Parts: sequence; structure tokens; C-alpha cells
Amino acid sequence: MAKINLEINGEKRVVDVDPNTPVLWVLRDHLNLVGTKYGCGMAQCGACTIHLDGTAVRSCVLPVSTVENKQITTIEGLSEKGDHPVQQAWLEHDVAQCGYCQAGQIMNAAALLKSNSNPSDVEIESAMNGNICRCATYLRIKAAIKSAAQS
Amino acid sequence: MTQVKTPMNRRSFLKVSALAGGGMMLSFSWLAGCKPTPEEVSNLSKEWFELNSYIKIGDNGVVTLMAPNPEFGSNVKTSLPMMLAEELDIDWKNVIVEQADFYPERFDRQFTGGSLAMQMAWKPLRTAGATARHMLVQAAAKAWQVPAGEITTKDGMLYHEASGKEAGYGEIASQAAGLPVPEEVPLKKVGDFKIIGNSKKNVEGLNIVTGKPLFTLDHKQEGMLIAMIAHPPAFGQKVKAVDDSAARSMPGIKDVFIIKTLEEGYVRNGFDTTSFTELVVVVGNTTWEVMNAKKALKVEWEKISDSTVTVAGWGGNQQTVTIPAGLESTQGHLAKMAEMAKKPGKELRKDGDPEGAFKKAAKVIERTYTAPFLAHNCMEPVNCFAHVTAEKAEIIGPIQAPESIMQTLTARLDMPKEKIHIKLARMGGGFGQRAYGHHLVEAAVISQKLKAPVKLVYSREDDMTYGIYRPTYTATYKAALDENNNMIAYQVKAGGIPESPLGFAQNRFPAGAVDNYLAEEWALNSNITIGAFRAPRSNFLGGVEQSFLDEVAELAGKDPIEFRLELLERAKRKPVGKQNDYDPDRYAGVLKLVKDKSDWKRGKSDVHRGVSAYFCHNTYVAEVVELLMKENKPVVEKVYAAVDCGVVVNPDAATNMAEGGIVDGIGNALFGEMTFQDGVPQKSNFETYRMIRHSEAPKSIEVHFVKSEADPTGLGEPLFPPIFGALANALYRATGQRKYNQPFLQDKQPLV
Repeated sequence: MAKINLEINGEKRVVDVDPNTPVLWVLRDHLNLVGTKYGCGMAQCGACTIHLDGTAVRSCVLPVSTVENKQITTIEGLSEKGDHPVQQAWLEHDVAQCGYCQAGQIMNAAALLKSNSNPSDVEIESAMNGNICRCATYLRIKAAIKSAAQS
Repeated sequence: MTQVKTPMNRRSFLKVSALAGGGMMLSFSWLAGCKPTPEEVSNLSKEWFELNSYIKIGDNGVVTLMAPNPEFGSNVKTSLPMMLAEELDIDWKNVIVEQADFYPERFDRQFTGGSLAMQMAWKPLRTAGATARHMLVQAAAKAWQVPAGEITTKDGMLYHEASGKEAGYGEIASQAAGLPVPEEVPLKKVGDFKIIGNSKKNVEGLNIVTGKPLFTLDHKQEGMLIAMIAHPPAFGQKVKAVDDSAARSMPGIKDVFIIKTLEEGYVRNGFDTTSFTELVVVVGNTTWEVMNAKKALKVEWEKISDSTVTVAGWGGNQQTVTIPAGLESTQGHLAKMAEMAKKPGKELRKDGDPEGAFKKAAKVIERTYTAPFLAHNCMEPVNCFAHVTAEKAEIIGPIQAPESIMQTLTARLDMPKEKIHIKLARMGGGFGQRAYGHHLVEAAVISQKLKAPVKLVYSREDDMTYGIYRPTYTATYKAALDENNNMIAYQVKAGGIPESPLGFAQNRFPAGAVDNYLAEEWALNSNITIGAFRAPRSNFLGGVEQSFLDEVAELAGKDPIEFRLELLERAKRKPVGKQNDYDPDRYAGVLKLVKDKSDWKRGKSDVHRGVSAYFCHNTYVAEVVELLMKENKPVVEKVYAAVDCGVVVNPDAATNMAEGGIVDGIGNALFGEMTFQDGVPQKSNFETYRMIRHSEAPKSIEVHFVKSEADPTGLGEPLFPPIFGALANALYRATGQRKYNQPFLQDKQPLV
């Protein structure tokens, strides 16, 4: 166990955990930030996507000891009231079916638009390929990303 | 307007008597954990008056509608309350939707599956809405001393034109709550609908995009422990001995023990799976600690012997199911299925003289198809919260069929059902898998033993290797054409491990459209467990039958749509047999619609096209796939779907569901496969189990609904089966190769 200093959604947090604990479980079990989802535990499905210094990363394989003094953003911190352009576009296109993977999809999409404000279809597909949606809402996700890029 | 009788049985009496007192406070979404905002609080009613178990009206006119069915993503939490709201005649903006707990005394049919929600709720929920509206009108008539027949309603307001009196529902609700329930109420005509047929956004949309705790896996409460299970690595094995010394000494670990989830001699119901019933359980403080301790378990497994279990079938018939010993492999399954396909099967339907017709045929074609076991792979792995004490059991779980598992829980916990409370959490996918509530029993048994609240969490690997798979199937089709290329005989022999796909489908098209017809089936036992998977059985039959018909049309030198339309015309004009379970006009209707919308007649040189049409789960679907090959891989450019599901309750959500079924179908057709070696599932996570991903989805999908006033039917399943066929037929046009074995692509490499 070790005390780890974290900065999550703009707030300083300290956790006392095994330093190997993936950030996903620190968020979910220790900090009660459960918007970030567990899907595979091996960075294959994207449900656990968060931003680390603005870049999309899979939190399920990211040891908490490696993120000290870095800025973490989770779905809860993407916007105050769900008014981030990507969240708004998701609502406009009524993307979700079961909704479980969507936080990861949204975090990945938000990071994509930050680095590429007007992605092509191929760029969207390529950037989003690591995020599985079992309900298969891929077309709406793509449409929502395009809408968000316009706004 | 149609007059319908309101069901005045014990259930409605309970509904009414429970509410007569009114004044129930709104309990905010129990799991959402999202406290109402100050703005929301200021809008909250001080008092709520319950008009029936589905409808509460606040003194300020805000209406709470209960969503009775468990939500797994088909959007019933939005579309079912739309039915209530329509007949209640309220403004959708003033509606709060609340998820009902499992409470069969108050709610009808709390089951999600079989694409049945729209169909089964259509009358009861509209009646509940109309009944409440009627009571409000009666109360206003009494208060205003005017005839009820002169009162009109609109958007949550009551009006009496002659006297100029008007009032909101909130002002009248307290008086309406005590009134008797009418014996008959009028329902609106389809043409008068204002809410039904107009797209409403998912009521959980904002909670989903902001990451609110909606799912069981997100639930947390004081003193809650985390439990994980270890099940045998192979089907055909059980626990022999456990060395838990290393696991026990790991940080955060509270206990390690073995549970038995079903007692010997327990008579199972159809949703009690025969998967592993003896499990090693590790309990600790946090998920990561328990995951690590589980890896440190040393479990010795042993082979099972042949055994039997008793299952209570539908209609009270008990049957004995044999679970054979042995460690099974995919190669063995394929060999056994090929052998069985050569033997006569059990006859399910026979018309005319198929044998004679085949003898005198000008052309005969025979083809055999196979499909593998499939895992559901819901994005939310299996999990469940339970807190069982001597007094009561509180369970929160992702469960499609709470009623079935309630029976299991009462038997296993030895508690009357009145003491067991199941809350229906939003499910992170279901697809049939979550109809099997073994995880509720497991969590409850663990909690009962620990005397503590516990959340049971499956790893992805536990989830994928637990069973309840779509069975592996094979089918051999044979057709005969006469010298004029008319289909004179058609035969199907289908079977699977451990279930035949054909048992409910022998009366489907093209039965009824051909003079000589034979359907036969067989099944072989297995210890690999199966369960419902999006459009059970149809998910195989729809695809392969539609591939076969494409090949028969080609042999006959006919356009595949015209060939099917000819057969449907025959089924309409002079049907063979009386048991045919489809309406040839509605079937032909979707084919004609897809033909029109896809511009089928105009040849397209830039894409390869395939068509299919199937009727299952009470909805008619025709689909056209357009694809091209890039670097030897198919790229689906466009899919057209024509759908006849009667009245479309929530059109944009219906389109979403249709798109999902199509993309999911393409994914499973191209990649979906679970294989076995010596009983061990060969895939346990997404690095080997290929799921369709963004870049592989069709580039666009057009969904067209047949305009209809027929009662609505469902959409969760019907779009899924035929896409396998349309895709196979398009692939044939693109490559010259027919696809007889699923998955169509053998590329197992992960993309990330």
C-alpha cells in the first residue's frame, strides 16, 4: 500500500492503495467515480477510457502509481452539466441503447476532436476502433462525432 | 375510439386500494445516485396521488410514469411510458419516468425478451393511461357539477367549454385518486395519437452521457464486500479440492469458500441454467484485491459423471434432461453433426409427397450450413448485488426475467417471495443472456453466508466462459425445380448441440408455398450450456434459409426478389396446409418496399448486392446489403431494411434498434464464434473473441417502416436473422463463393 497523489477532474485526491492497482479500480472502488466502466481489463474494449493530460487512455491497464501529478479527466469531469459538445451531440442523435460503453466512447471521441477538430470518416473509424459497442450503435456514434465537430 | 374492458381482478383491486390514500412521496431513482438538482427540487410536487400502479400525478401537474419492464437497451423505459402518456393525454415534457422494481402484484409482465414488450404492453398500458384519464374526468365533473361527457382533456388539462372551467390534472388528482375504477374505458384511434408515433428521446440520455451510476456494477453501499467466483475451466468438470492458503493471506481478503447454487433434487425452471452450480468464491474489500486473490487460488478440478436434472417445462410438464460426462471439442461436434445430418430426423411437418417430387424433378439442389456456438458478450459483465438477512433479501441485478429467478431464490434461500425484493437495474446489454438469473442466486447465497451486503462481480473471462451460449447448429436444405423452374419440393433437416433450431419454425415460409414439403429435426446432448441469444433459433435459420433460397432462385434463373414474391403469391392464392404462421401480404409488402427503396431493379455496377426477407418475433423484415471488396475484405457500403412491425411507437428509437440488429448481425456473421477444446472455451476475452468494430460497420443504413395501423410488434430481434442471409448473398455476388459455414471470415486477428 502507498499513498498516491492524484488530480482528478481538477480536484486533488489522495488514495492509499497497492500502487499496481489500475486507475479504473481506484476511480470506481476508492473514489466512487463509477462512470468509467469495466469491460475487459485488458485494453481491448475501450469502456474504461479516460483522459490523461488530455489524451485518451485505457484506465483498466494503467497502474495508479504511473499517473501521479498528471491530470486525469473522467466522464464525470468532462463537463459540469453534460453540456460538452460531444455529450450534446450524443443526446441530439439519441445514440445510446444499453448505454454501458458510451462513457468510454464519449471520452475517446472528445479526445479525438481535441487533436483533430474535423476528422474524416476514416479518421473517426480508426480513432474509435478500440471502443466496442455490443449494441452496435456505431453509425450514430459517427454521426454524433461529426455533429460535435461542427459545433 | 375503441371501448376496452379494464381488468377488474385482484391485481387491480390491490392497485387501487394501495393508492386510494394518495400522498406518496416521489422516491428519486434509487440507483441513479443523482440527487435532484435545486431546479428539479423546486419543480417537485409536495404530494403525489397514485391513480394506478403505473401513474402518479403531483399536485403541480408533473406526472410520474412507471416503466414496468427491465431495461437492457431496447428503450422500453421510454417507449412503454409513451403508451401510458398517450392515453392519459398529457404533455410529455411534464413526465418523469421511474423504473419499477419487480412487483408482479402491481405490474403486468415484467419481462424483457422475445421482442414482446410493445405487443404485450399495447393494450394494458394504454388501458392504464385511459383509466386514469377517465377518473380525472369523473372527478372534474363532480367538482364542477357538469356532465362528464362534456369534459375534454388536452396536454394534462381538463376543460369544460360551456362553463369556461378548466383545471390542470394536478389540481384534480387528489379527488380522482379515490374514485372507483371504471369497468370500461375508450382508447384512442391510431390517427389521434400525439405521442405515439412521434420520436421521444431516451429518458436516461443525460444520465448515460454524464456517467451516472445506472448499472448494478455501479452500486455501492456501506459495508459492502466484493465477491468473485472461480468456475471450472472446462465444461465437463467440477471442483475437487481447493487450496486457498495463498489467496486468504492476500491483502483485503475476507474469506474463501465453496457454494452450491442449486440444491440436489431442486426442480429447475426453464431459466435455471445447468452451467456450473458449484463455485469457489473469494470475498474481499475491493475488486482489484479480489481479482488478484482469485489468481492465487489453487483449485483441483475433476471430471463430472453423467447426470440428470429435472426441469419444469411450460404448462406443468416436467422433463428430465441428461447432462453427459465428457470433455467436448468443436471438431467432435462438427463430426457428430455431419453424421446426424445423414440420418432421418424427427418429422415436424410434411405436405404432399416430397420423396416422389424429388424423383421426378428436373433440377435438385442440396446444401448444408453450419454455425458455431456464440457468446453474448454484453459489455457489462455478469454481476449482482445482494443483501440477505434473516428478515429479508434485497437484490439488485441485471435481469431480464425476474419472475423466473424469484422462484429459484425462494427455494434456495428458503424464504417466501414476500421477503425477497428485486430491484431492476438498467442492464449493460442482455441479448438473452440476462434472462438466466444464476448470478442473482449466487450473490444471494454468498450474502446469506457472509451475513453482509455483497456485490458479485464476474471478470470478462468468467462471463465469456460461463456458458449459456447460442447453440451450434447445422441444417441441410434441399429443393426441387420442375422443367419450368417452379419449386415443387422443399426439405429442411436441422439439428444442433444441444438443441435443434427448427422446433418452432416448421410452419414458416416457404412452408405453405410449395406442394411437397418436409421438415425434420434432431438434437444431441451436451454439457456445454446454452440459452436464448438475440432471436433464438431464428438467428441461424433466417440466415441459412435465405442463403439457400438465393441459390434456388439462381438455379431457377429468377431474380431473388421476384422468386420470393412468386412463392408468397402462391401461399396467398392457394396455401398448402393450414398451419402456416405468416401473412403472405405483409411478407410480400416488406420485399416490395425494400425493392423500391434500394432501387433493386436498376443494376448497380459499383456494389455487390444481396437480399433476404424473414418473419420472426411477429415482425416482417426484408434487407438488402450492398458491399464491395477492398484488399480482399468485404466493406458494407449500405444496408436497406424494410420493416413491418405495425404501429411504430417511437420511430427514432425503433430505427436505432433496427440499425443495431443489422450491425450486430453483420458482426456475428463475419466474426462470431466460440470454439472448444477438451471442454475448454477457446476464447475468453476480446483479444481473441472478435466483435464487430467501428471500421467494420456498414457505412450507412436506411430503415423504412411500412405504414400500418396494426398493433405494434417488436424490433429487438427481427432485424438480426435475415442480415446473415443478405450478407452471404452479397458476398457470393462479390466473390463467386457461397458461404456455408459461419463465421464467414476466418480472420481472428484482433484489430487493436
